[in-house]
Amino acid sequence: MKFGILVNEGPFTHQASDSAYQFAAAAIEKGHQVARVFFYNDGVYNSNKLSEPQTDDRNLVDLWAKLGKEHDIDLVVCIAAALRRGIKEEVLKDGFRISGLGQLVEAGIENDRLVVFGD
Amino acid sequence: MEPWEEEGPEVVKRFMYVNRKAPYGTIYALECLEVVLIAAAFDQDVSVVFVDDGVYQLKKNQDTAAIGMKNFSNTYRALDDYDVEKIYVEQESLESRGLTAEDLIIPVEVLAGDNLREIMAQQDVVISS
Amino acid sequence: MSKMLHLINKSPTDRNSLDSCLRLAEAGSSVLLLEDGVYAALSKAASAEAVNQRMGELTFYVLGPDVSARGLDDKPLIDGISVVDYGGFVDLVVEHDVAQSWL
Repeated sequence: MKFGILVNEGPFTHQASDSAYQFAAAAIEKGHQVARVFFYNDGVYNSNKLSEPQTDDRNLVDLWAKLGKEHDIDLVVCIAAALRRGIKEEVLKDGFRISGLGQLVEAGIENDRLVVFGD
Repeated sequence: MEPWEEEGPEVVKRFMYVNRKAPYGTIYALECLEVVLIAAAFDQDVSVVFVDDGVYQLKKNQDTAAIGMKNFSNTYRALDDYDVEKIYVEQESLESRGLTAEDLIIPVEVLAGDNLREIMAQQDVVISS
Repeated sequence: MSKMLHLINKSPTDRNSLDSCLRLAEAGSSVLLLEDGVYAALSKAASAEAVNQRMGELTFYVLGPDVSARGLDDKPLIDGISVVDYGGFVDLVVEHDVAQSWL
């Protein structure tokens, strides 16, 4: 089955991105496809390569990028939400791309399920 | 022609956007409205629902001058121009907040929870923020 | 009609997500409690009565990793709630037509 995932929160304040990541990894483990993860609201912070969590903590920016690269997941950061939060190409982690909100609607249209993680 | 238009109208899904949060205190109301305005450009079946504190988004007479934030409540009036016609508000949510349809900035369909329940159960994609 | 999976990630004593879901979920749908939503799975929680009232019509699940993370493995859960892991969460999304998050 093909999944789309919407992440509405950043990597630190809420558990949403962690839950989304664990869900995506489990879905892939079970042989499903995660076609696209769309990062909206504060979720755009998941793509900030300048973020430096403490070394004994998980690094969701790296984890998403790695999962995306290994399993060909389209990691899309919403441009409108990103610009207001200072997330631009200069700080974008490799593997993410910035695009419009239409990509979220498209993820709902083209995938069998869209699962939303947020606050 | 946009990529999503190539396949023609045969893939029409029912999208419901659910608003359960009040405006200004958090950004969710504004950013959900931005999604709905974009979603309207796709040839899908769109409905927008306001339940719980989400009904406060539609309260008329919002005046944000003194808090320094953008008043986006007039943008709900544009939904009609974007052909978003299915706008539902749950009656119980209005009543428990001392509001009526008269208090709202746009005409909406006020539904009892039982009726809203049925409409929710008919959706293909539910997006909440 | 779509068979729905409702996702509740908020504590029932902090937010009204569970209440609203229980009010608006169609009979025959399922509810998965995750993140802070797992507190609603405890049999001694004040919200347990509301969950029990719809136990016959809705099927309840709770995400085990979130239960353990919060130190709740030694607390009894409401009878009838099934514990799933992330793989079980994926299976639930597959088995239902739509997932609705009560954010």
